[in-house]
Amino acid sequence: MLDDFLMRAILAGFGLALVAGPLGSFVVWRRMAYFGDSTAHAAILGVALSLAFDLSIYAGTVTVALSVALLVTALAARGQAMDTVLGVIAHSALAFGLVAISFVPSARVDLASYLFGDILAVGHADLAWIWTGALAVLALLAWRWQKLVTASVNEELAMAAGIDPRLERLVLSIALALVVAIAIRIVGSLLISAMLIIPAAAARRFAATPERMAAAASVIASFSVLAGLAASYHIDSPAGPSIVAAAAIFFIIVQLVRFR
Amino acid sequence: MNALITSEKLIIHRPGTSEPVLRDIDFRISPGEIVTVVGPNGSGKSSLIRALLGHMPLVSGKIIRRRDLRIGYVPQQVQLDRTIPMTVRRFLSLPHWVGAEEAAKALARTGVAGLETRQLTELSGGQFQRVLLARALLHDPHLLVLDEPTQGLDQPGMVAFYRLIEDVRHQTGAAVLMVSHDLLVVMRSSDRVICLNGHICCEGTPQDVGNAPEYRALFGAEARGTLALYRHHHDHDHDHGPQHDCASHG
Repeated sequence: MLDDFLMRAILAGFGLALVAGPLGSFVVWRRMAYFGDSTAHAAILGVALSLAFDLSIYAGTVTVALSVALLVTALAARGQAMDTVLGVIAHSALAFGLVAISFVPSARVDLASYLFGDILAVGHADLAWIWTGALAVLALLAWRWQKLVTASVNEELAMAAGIDPRLERLVLSIALALVVAIAIRIVGSLLISAMLIIPAAAARRFAATPERMAAAASVIASFSVLAGLAASYHIDSPAGPSIVAAAAIFFIIVQLVRFR
Repeated sequence: MNALITSEKLIIHRPGTSEPVLRDIDFRISPGEIVTVVGPNGSGKSSLIRALLGHMPLVSGKIIRRRDLRIGYVPQQVQLDRTIPMTVRRFLSLPHWVGAEEAAKALARTGVAGLETRQLTELSGGQFQRVLLARALLHDPHLLVLDEPTQGLDQPGMVAFYRLIEDVRHQTGAAVLMVSHDLLVVMRSSDRVICLNGHICCEGTPQDVGNAPEYRALFGAEARGTLALYRHHHDHDHDHGPQHDCASHG
């Protein structure tokens, strides 16, 4: 079954969808969209470094993504205007990544696959990485869930309950870096944060609690994976962008439906 | 009586600066007591609360909290983010899960029974404050800390809320420490009032404080609705900065 490239693609997409629901919900709740972009764009730099030094793509991207996430968190703590800082970092990370990758001959060929993903080329090893990463992030989020949600609702309430909001922010940064690393093969650096935000934003329309929103976002993301891959199969559209486009269509549909 | 929280010679700076917010704060609150902190904007009321809760670094002095002290906290103006779906029921379970029965009891106690399935963002200001209070009352706190709990409520809502706090104190025996702007209303339900302006200007029973010149100056200001008079002049001598003055009869 796993020998079929389409089956591997679906499983890889489901791995990402599973974790994109809860993590994407935090990105929406905490207004981390730009933060997600910075981290995801930095992954291109990670790809360049991995190829140049002959490292695993996953190790390279997670390292660079985590460094950028920590850098952004540190700058935010110093009271910089977040919007501007993130704008600077998100785009300069991408620019540096593209410059760096141009010096790596082997990567230049399939630059597009890192920018937009190449889910149809996912191999067995990729699947193992993706699912290990996804389950690790899910476990991390489940472990900290109550604290993360409390800190997202109100930091003062969290602190009064003995929760350190800075620690929870760090947990989310780590989770984001891991998800960026697993998503780069699937939807690519440019569309990772879309895959986090769009399903969660769609789920927000009808979910009554944080848990239901996270679960519904995972379901929407999974359907987006199926729909995107189907489109790619039938009309030969690029798979990664098709998945995100499918998620966007789900988003539009739920905006049109009246709930409650 | 065994105090719940005591502080001695507390000095606190504005975070990240060497600008003093509070100095020489000797504070204590005993079980079952209702203590209200009044003072103008920027007088350090919220800083005092945060310091007593252990959220502010101390420059000097010390804070002693009774061992195993359980605190229920209602922070100042909780801004709700519409992006987080949150029912009242779910909110009560943050960060510790509570059973349905316990949740219903807490809501009933603060006069908002049956709101479990409503979204927080659909509540009125008064309902939301009561839900926050209900949440603070879970896990049987020894001390309720309320930072400007009636901000955004109209006069009747405010009066009703303070009456509720008195009731809660009678029912649970919890001590209450609150910060308030609403001098007249709050005085009536307090056992002790602390007038704060960078340091403790005066404190005592509402009657004692009511007879203090500082307090009368404060009330005069309130009556005339003049905020400027909050910054009162001195009749006792100090060596502190000009921005931290107490009242004299004006």
